[in-house]
Amino acid sequence: MNRTRLAFADGFNIARRNMIKVRRVPEILISVLVTPVILIVMFAYVFGGAIDIDGGSYREFLVAGVFAMNVVFGATFTGAGLAEDMQKGIIDRFRSLPMSRSAVVFGRTASDVVYNVLTLAVMAGAGLLVGWRINTSFFEAAAGFLLLLGFAYSISWVMALVGLMVPAPEAVNNASIMVLFPLTFLANTFVPADTMPTALRVFAEWNPVSAVAQATRELFGNIPAGTPEPTAWPLQNPVLYTVIWMVVLIAVFAPLAIARYRKVAARS
Amino acid sequence: MALQMISVRGLEKSYGDVRALTGLDLDVAEGSVLGVLGPNGAGKTTAVSIMTTLLRADAGSVSIAGIDVAEEPSRVRSIIGLSGQYAAVDEHLTGFENLDLIGRLYHLGNKAARVRANELLERFHLTEAGSRPVGGYSGGMRRRLDLAGALVAKPRVLFLDEPTTGLDPRSRNDLWDVIRELVANGTTLLLTTQYMEEAEQLADEIVVIDSGRKIAQGTAETLKTQTGGDRIEVRIDSELDREKTERILASVAVGEVVVEGRVLSAPVSGGPRALSIALRNIDDAGIDLSDAGLRRPTLDEVFLSLTEAETHQLKEAG
Repeated sequence: MNRTRLAFADGFNIARRNMIKVRRVPEILISVLVTPVILIVMFAYVFGGAIDIDGGSYREFLVAGVFAMNVVFGATFTGAGLAEDMQKGIIDRFRSLPMSRSAVVFGRTASDVVYNVLTLAVMAGAGLLVGWRINTSFFEAAAGFLLLLGFAYSISWVMALVGLMVPAPEAVNNASIMVLFPLTFLANTFVPADTMPTALRVFAEWNPVSAVAQATRELFGNIPAGTPEPTAWPLQNPVLYTVIWMVVLIAVFAPLAIARYRKVAARS
Repeated sequence: MALQMISVRGLEKSYGDVRALTGLDLDVAEGSVLGVLGPNGAGKTTAVSIMTTLLRADAGSVSIAGIDVAEEPSRVRSIIGLSGQYAAVDEHLTGFENLDLIGRLYHLGNKAARVRANELLERFHLTEAGSRPVGGYSGGMRRRLDLAGALVAKPRVLFLDEPTTGLDPRSRNDLWDVIRELVANGTTLLLTTQYMEEAEQLADEIVVIDSGRKIAQGTAETLKTQTGGDRIEVRIDSELDREKTERILASVAVGEVVVEGRVLSAPVSGGPRALSIALRNIDDAGIDLSDAGLRRPTLDEVFLSLTEAETHQLKEAG
């Protein structure tokens, strides 16, 4: 019990350190608070006029997609932060302390959750301003937000492993652009997948980000009336499909990231 | 015999084909300072990483205060402090926040961590800078803060990996003062360095390593005597006296007399006695000198001759 408590305390202190950083590094605040708002407004007014959704409003459809994209990109903080700590030798310092072996990575991924809560809060505000509404109960809406945070958290563990394997923080950004962009755009985040060519459509249907967006739309009541039932299993069971991905990603990547953390050595 | 605080036996470590350590042995007695001297790539950082539980050895053993680092790494971590080659401080945090975080991670308790952080800031003359983000610190201030970080939990054994690399001479002297003070208070210290002067200034004993193993060991004095030893160096007034002087020097030398213009130098053993004999003979021969003296090799020369001899041996063996 004492060990677990200490491990939690260690993780909390690492997360606390990352939070102090937010106050000192304006770029983080901008990417957590300002960029999402710009994206909401841009998509709502730039694409919003041109894209029609049968029986509903594009802005209602859009907001859940922007939520999904932004929280997934939030995982980049974990990767870049760990890579930076490694480059500067801070990981070596931590590893020479009698602290929990998993606290640094846990603390990092936990900070992403805090960033994402902030991001979701301002995005929801911006969404309300451009006409997005929650048409369901409080509990369903809460479940929608929790699902977004949970899925983003599982991606944080993937990025944690990436961050501990790359030679420099910049490489994390490259990796995230190469992987997260296709993952968030080849999906039903911004437009329904129906009109995509077959190969892309199948990818989009099985893409977990699509399931996250679909699940969130359902939980917020943003699926326009008269939308045909999805034909792909993941989109018929988006909550279940998302949860399966979350569990699998964490089960695979958390042990890998922690094992990697224990092994990473000073650049000799 | 004093307790061995650090005991290293037959340490080996390879990175792929590169053999970083090839059977290193070290001993550091409680309260003493060992300087580990070696060129870049000699294996210093690898050795420190293994001793501080950051890396696992391929073979061999390390014990710190009798605790095996491979078997009980967390117990070892709680009695050591490490300050690495790169000042491992978070530049977005203030000096205080950096030390406070380390104290919390040592599980000192939040209040004790705060008190200790302030104590260390004062001791390292960083109190005023303590409330500013480290990003604005000079290189010397960062190193001091990093060293303070290594001392948060009052470690019994301190590892400093090239603590002054990249510092200007003044910051280096400041840091040396701090290190001396620590040692005076009984901390056992293992220090790696590329600077002979640093080893000579701070260490009780020096181990020279090259290609991953020990090639010499001793105090600065014994190392100087072991390799090359003393030389008599005289400068003659008149070129005409050169041959005569060379003969006199040859009679006391243990090796070849080197002549460069008007300066003649000869390796001798039992320096002062050889010098006085040589000078008497030179005087008797009526030769005028403008300069004469006994020159001890600098530690740099010792180091170079040791590492060169090593390379030479390896070539012959290969």
